[in-house]
Amino acid sequence: MASNVEFKIPALRPYPEIPALQPDAMQSKGPFVAKPVMQTPLGFPGELVENWQEKAIEKMGELLKKYRSLQVYLDSCVKCGACTDKCHYFIGTQDPKNMPVARQDLLRQVYRRYMTLSGKVVPKWVGAKDLTREVLDDWYNYYHQCSQCRRCSVFCPYGIDTAEISMAAREIMDCIGLGQKYCNEIIGKVYKIGNNLGLPEPALADTLNGLEEDVKLDTGVDVKFPLDQEGVEVLLVTPSADFFAEPHIDGLIGYAKVFHQAGISWTLSSYASEAGNFGMFIGSYDNMRRISQRIRKAALDLKVKRIVFGECGHAWRVAYSFLNTLAGPFDFLDPKYPVPQHICEFTYDLIQRKALRLDKTANDQRRVTFHDSCNVARASRMGTIPGGQFIIPRAVIKASCNHYYDMPADTIHDQTFCCGGGGGLLTDDLIELRIKGALPRMEALKYVIDHHGVTHMAAICAICKSQFTKVLPYYGFEMDKIVSVHQLVSNAIVL
Amino acid sequence: MGFLTSFFAVWFYIATLILIGGVAYKIYTYATTPSPLKIPTMPAPLNSTGVALRLGTEVGLFASLFRSNKWIWLFGIIFHVALLLVILRHIRYFIDPVWTWVVLIQPFGKYAGFAMVVGLLGLLARRIIVERIRYISQPSDYLILILLLIIGASGLMTTFLAHTDVVQFKAFTLGLLTFNWQPLPIDRTLLVHLTAVNLLMMIFPFSKLIHAIGIFFSPTRNQVDNSREKRHLAPWAKAQFESTHPSPSPQTTN
Repeated sequence: MASNVEFKIPALRPYPEIPALQPDAMQSKGPFVAKPVMQTPLGFPGELVENWQEKAIEKMGELLKKYRSLQVYLDSCVKCGACTDKCHYFIGTQDPKNMPVARQDLLRQVYRRYMTLSGKVVPKWVGAKDLTREVLDDWYNYYHQCSQCRRCSVFCPYGIDTAEISMAAREIMDCIGLGQKYCNEIIGKVYKIGNNLGLPEPALADTLNGLEEDVKLDTGVDVKFPLDQEGVEVLLVTPSADFFAEPHIDGLIGYAKVFHQAGISWTLSSYASEAGNFGMFIGSYDNMRRISQRIRKAALDLKVKRIVFGECGHAWRVAYSFLNTLAGPFDFLDPKYPVPQHICEFTYDLIQRKALRLDKTANDQRRVTFHDSCNVARASRMGTIPGGQFIIPRAVIKASCNHYYDMPADTIHDQTFCCGGGGGLLTDDLIELRIKGALPRMEALKYVIDHHGVTHMAAICAICKSQFTKVLPYYGFEMDKIVSVHQLVSNAIVL
Repeated sequence: MGFLTSFFAVWFYIATLILIGGVAYKIYTYATTPSPLKIPTMPAPLNSTGVALRLGTEVGLFASLFRSNKWIWLFGIIFHVALLLVILRHIRYFIDPVWTWVVLIQPFGKYAGFAMVVGLLGLLARRIIVERIRYISQPSDYLILILLLIIGASGLMTTFLAHTDVVQFKAFTLGLLTFNWQPLPIDRTLLVHLTAVNLLMMIFPFSKLIHAIGIFFSPTRNQVDNSREKRHLAPWAKAQFESTHPSPSPQTTN
């Protein structure tokens, strides 16, 4: 596998240091472009419109009036260099355009040229550039080398968030007819079928029945995986990868066991059979809202009292930070609980109340570490105190395992490194980027393997899990080193 | 009244107007542009007191920069603290009699000029030496540093090397404020100093120097983490989505 790729897998370095620049190391045409049939259902032109320059500038002007973040961030960068060594894609690829500030500058140079006095009068002095085809190609390529993980925004003295810039850039490109195939095709599937994977209701029902049988065989207990049941307590919205991918599905089994033991009735929805919301990746408020509204409708139709989200990083960002704004108010739900809740919050509460019987020794063959998913760590919260998103998943793991070890401090919590596949980049046409972008996480993992004999890395994000399953072997690790947090709960729970 | 006096007097008024007008326009733009979604960099404060504290540590201590890069932080904080002292010290040229606290900081302000130049030289050196920072630098990034260095160096020279007639200069500055112009001491170093300061005031609103305002409006730093409790609907989103097509609510769907 590692032998038949035509690029070099980065070597794991014993002492990570800031790499030297390799200009244009990742210069390419970028990921596959969306076909007209994938563009139109999202409200975008099918292909690059004739007057794309004019339209792009016009769209940029519109976004500048709609998003204060964009306006402030394009103005405020002082080029101090603090962010230059913080992006996992820069560390892994050494391409200077993957330094957060340089990535922002791709948009900023055009902003300056068309919308600022200095860029109009002395463009060369301030690095302002005309929007040429070359610049557009750079946008397409390098704004699809950003996983919108926001690590740079933690370190920026003004909190400049490259995710906001790359979302705006993708929105501009979509609106002139230059969309990315992976994201836009998936959003189309959500509209047409209900989830990212295009799993129709009968297939979903079938999968869930199969899971009931599996768990029955495994434990002898009738653990239910209900679908479209009206009047239950909880609507569970989970990434569709949980329905069949490994190790995601083991997490889903974990959620079901938790619901079972807690005696709380729940259901999945075939209409909202997807927690993910790729509308965020493409920076489209309209599409993100439309996708979010499905969850509101499912909750209303199924007459539930609570909404709980499964393990998914960006879905949790949209759910925690945006859902109330995009699809609220949720005043028809039980006001005793936050809307929505994360499955880890849900399980953690039960653990606190001693409502779960967990036998930690069931995971004794594992020595576990935890990968903080970027969108959970830096763009959302769990529980009632800031930083709960770091405490709660670890508490759930520690309640299920005896052996837990954190990775080095500068690679976890709000300094966590992205898995390398987030932000709409989890596609095989970007495999080189994905492998190289995983380097810092792989080095941190190697550290705890060497120092603590860690055998497994747990995560609470469908994209992280898929990405690591694919990428771990390139670095010489077994692909099943990555596990779901609720997979550990599933093993430990005594039904 | 000499030509130079009139020239610098008029220029000073123009530069001041550009600075104040430009900054006011930027503040207006930032304040009236909505943040349609909650995007604080987490973990974020749960209330506005927490936000004030967060912004305070960012503006006063460069907290994020400290986590990020100790060298940039060091040179950055030396320069900015020194600049603040220097500016405060310069209040003495615009009031009479001079307030006590301005008198008290005078010795610190005088020597802060050296620290300011040291900080600037450090930042300039990093910009030239560090490959990554060199890559992201445009001519304007160097020019702004050089302009500030000229201000610092010429200011130090008027104090420590080629003494300017400060009494006469203060008569000039007070005259500006009362629109009763007094002759400007003709001193080459001083003219260089004033030229550079006027230029700096004029480019402030149109350049990256506006970061001094931007930080206060940065949504990742100034937002409260309460999105599950409160909706955060921008006026344009409300107009686009919720005025003509209200969200389905239990009453309308059931």
